[in-house]
Amino acid sequence: MTVTAAPEAPPVLEIADLTRHYPHAQGTVRAADGVSLTVRRGEVLGLVGESGSGKSTVGRCAVRLDTPTSGTVRINGTDITRLSARRLRPLRKDFHLVFQDPSSSLDPRMTVGDLIAEPLRLHRLAAGAELDARVSRLLQQVGLRLDFADRRPHELSGGQRQRVSIARALSVDPDLLIADEPTSALDVSVQAAVLNLLADLQRDRGFGCLFITHDLAAVEFLANRIAVMYLGQIVELADTADLFADPRHPYTQALLSAAPLPDPAAQRGRERIVLSGDLPSPAAPPPGCRFNTRCPVAVDRCRTEVPPLRTLPGTTRQVSCHLAADS
Amino acid sequence: MSTATATPAQQTAPAAAAARRPGRLRRLIASPLALTGLVIAAVLVAVALAAPLITPYDPTLPDFDHVLSPPSLSHWLGTDDLGRDQLARVFYGVRASMQVGVLAVVLAFLIGVPLGLVAGYYGRFADTVVSRLTDTMLAFPFLVLAVGLAAVLGPSLLNATIAIGVAQIPAVVRITRAETLRLRHLDYVAATIANGGGDGTVLFRRILPNAAPALIVQATVGIPGAILGEALLSFLGLGVQPPSPSLGVMLSSAQSFIAQAPWMAVFPGLVIVAATLAFNLLGDGLRDVLDPRGGTA
Amino acid sequence: MTPTPSGGPEPVLTVDGLTVSFRSRYGSVQAVDGISYELAPGEVLAVVGESGCGKSVTSMAVLGLLPPTAHTTGSIRFADGRGGTRELLGADERTLGSVRGKEIAMIFQEPMTSLNPVLTVGRQIAEVLRRHQGLNRAQARARAVELLGLVGIPAPDRRVDEYPHQLSGGMRQRVMIAIAVACDPRVLIADEPTTALDVTVQAGILDVLRNLREQLGTAIVLITHDLGVVADIADRVLVMYAGRAVEQGTVQEVFAEPRHPYTRGLLDAVLRPGTRPEGGRLREIPGVVPRLTDSPDVCTFAPRCDRADERCTALRPALDTAAHAAACWHPLAGAAAPAPSEATR
Repeated sequence: MTVTAAPEAPPVLEIADLTRHYPHAQGTVRAADGVSLTVRRGEVLGLVGESGSGKSTVGRCAVRLDTPTSGTVRINGTDITRLSARRLRPLRKDFHLVFQDPSSSLDPRMTVGDLIAEPLRLHRLAAGAELDARVSRLLQQVGLRLDFADRRPHELSGGQRQRVSIARALSVDPDLLIADEPTSALDVSVQAAVLNLLADLQRDRGFGCLFITHDLAAVEFLANRIAVMYLGQIVELADTADLFADPRHPYTQALLSAAPLPDPAAQRGRERIVLSGDLPSPAAPPPGCRFNTRCPVAVDRCRTEVPPLRTLPGTTRQVSCHLAADS
Repeated sequence: MSTATATPAQQTAPAAAAARRPGRLRRLIASPLALTGLVIAAVLVAVALAAPLITPYDPTLPDFDHVLSPPSLSHWLGTDDLGRDQLARVFYGVRASMQVGVLAVVLAFLIGVPLGLVAGYYGRFADTVVSRLTDTMLAFPFLVLAVGLAAVLGPSLLNATIAIGVAQIPAVVRITRAETLRLRHLDYVAATIANGGGDGTVLFRRILPNAAPALIVQATVGIPGAILGEALLSFLGLGVQPPSPSLGVMLSSAQSFIAQAPWMAVFPGLVIVAATLAFNLLGDGLRDVLDPRGGTA
Repeated sequence: MTPTPSGGPEPVLTVDGLTVSFRSRYGSVQAVDGISYELAPGEVLAVVGESGCGKSVTSMAVLGLLPPTAHTTGSIRFADGRGGTRELLGADERTLGSVRGKEIAMIFQEPMTSLNPVLTVGRQIAEVLRRHQGLNRAQARARAVELLGLVGIPAPDRRVDEYPHQLSGGMRQRVMIAIAVACDPRVLIADEPTTALDVTVQAGILDVLRNLREQLGTAIVLITHDLGVVADIADRVLVMYAGRAVEQGTVQEVFAEPRHPYTRGLLDAVLRPGTRPEGGRLREIPGVVPRLTDSPDVCTFAPRCDRADERCTALRPALDTAAHAAACWHPLAGAAAPAPSEATR
């Protein structure tokens, strides 16, 4: 798990300069504003941010449940940004999505078996006895008993529903899995089981994964690299270990220090960065660095000049902060 | 420490098993009002189907020996000004009413549901066109629209059915469009798109089945509206043509004899009230039973 | 029957053998099954458990906010600190009214649904003050500004005239806290107060709660599923599982040496930022939470427990409320438990 995917592994998802603007009463909401990232085969990229950061917008654009305002999304090298629904449909077997809330992403009228079989049926990849066999195998792989195939979602617990959701997403063996807060609606003990399952499946099948979450600990467990988003933009992107060991962007630092440790001694002893003020409206982001209104170390330059996302020399880390030192 | 009493351990059932809910039909008949509606509606449907078998008299054949006779053992509901058996006419009237009610609703759904789906799912231009159209139709009260259409089409049972059906289209479009808009943004619809489903799959396999509860309720409420509409059109001479019986025709001819033969107006009137009430009660009951939010408790 | 923890002052709130069951046409549910705790003045007690464990129902019972279908037994006593003690369970509306909002206040997970959207936040705070404390309009407004300052809202004299929709989620939760503490209650019940908020906002809300306890001496019952929040702010912890209390002790005791296998399981399952779990896998608790229809005389965790034997399925273990204890026939020995490695940062 901890081994970073070889950099030469082919990219399954390439997002370049993606923007998504929505018209809004108070002006244009810039939900995503110039986001670029790459997920390679066999790699888990964590996309971390708080509510309003635009992380889910990026996820929905990546699977074309939403259409970007500008920028490109490539899956296995194919530009899908502007493909028609009809042309896109056959390509959809290559990428899949696991939603946050399994109780709303599973049609309450369908049985678990039919839910898992849906992608296989729609892509005409299996039928009859072969379809049944594949559904059984998927149930097994996600740790559900075979008799669950005849049940309906409301008869299942939250964790079991999320397993169904994962089985469905993986039924067509996609090259890319996008998981949007897959554990946020679950209890602690169930969360652990679902994260373990995702980690096991990812290791066994080697798909690329964009793991979208607000939960730093979850992303640390699962991801090889992490991109941190703030107000529609990526502010830092680094290998997981590097990011946790030495966060460079002040927002990343604040985020890491705000997540409480489940250990009274450690939690009470540590120094925390408490951010002042509120998240600015994505319809009217502040000039200069978007984080400058809450940044504890901002200087005049931060209020006027937009810091580019730059790669620190000699590393693979990208940071958008004027004050981040090169070394 | 505990004040709780000890009981066997077998009572601890997993959440899944306990979450099974009683059947919908059983929950429907558990409500006295819905059960009343269901029973009356069932009786009316039975009468409509069996009218020729259960009445000894021809509803159109005059019998001038028994003109305007009050209810008696041979004529339970009395006779009208031409000596026709009122019971037979009420039975055939129910038959006509149910025919109009069901056919008009079917017509409204055949046209309204696809329009609502298209408007709600594709939005933009399609939505604007459909919504403007229905708004225009809704500007006229339902019965005024039906009367106007029937007048244009000419008086007959079929034309009355068409007029009433068309007049019901806006309500069906509205409710279908609203349900489609609601469901379109649900994750499981997005999931079907992500799974490779096309518009057809999404519309007919996801949205329509999940909109069905609301549509079924709309249908049960549409039937009494159509029955009332038929009565009104026939009363005005724009629906069923005499001598064919219909509840509206009967009321219309009862008008002149209201003092001498009140039974001519009372019984058709009561049946109209009962039919309207029954389907409305049934609709309310179905609304409660089919609502998935109310049903998961 | 239950001794005061550490022999301190008289507890402000004593919950004793509380049971709550709901009966409906579709069967009955035992939501709370014999919960007892004491809350000392100025103490932060965390009631921890996963969804459906009965932690919220317990606090609703304290304020008499349960629906009429609830059947309760046991006792909930509130001490007003002036020598008076009132029984709250089954109390009439007048008694509850004299306590609710005034002596015991509550804040909820979702602040937006608890605030009136058409009134300014100042009006909403002032309303409480004028009703309970008889302040006039000007006094109430001045106090409202003061309270907004107390809960850390910047520029309170300006914010007082804003409407709830003009505030962020974190600011709204601060307003809710300001309303809750307007009458200087002895007890504040906070039901998942930070669950709907982002972590950077959560830290600020926890600071506010800490301040209240220090400045006003408010005792806090914190209901949460988040062990990080517990570690941050709680003095004592009560762990609930399937309607029962399974472990209680000081926060240090419970986190350092969990005695109940369920508590151990929860602590193992939780993710620790900055730490990789052993072997790259998180520990799971197998099985699912049972839905109780009554109060069986067994350990309800036994089907999911690797230490369970015949005794666990034959007799219900009691919870000693005197000190750090677990309701378990085979409690874990203190130091033997393999604690996960310390935070690396």
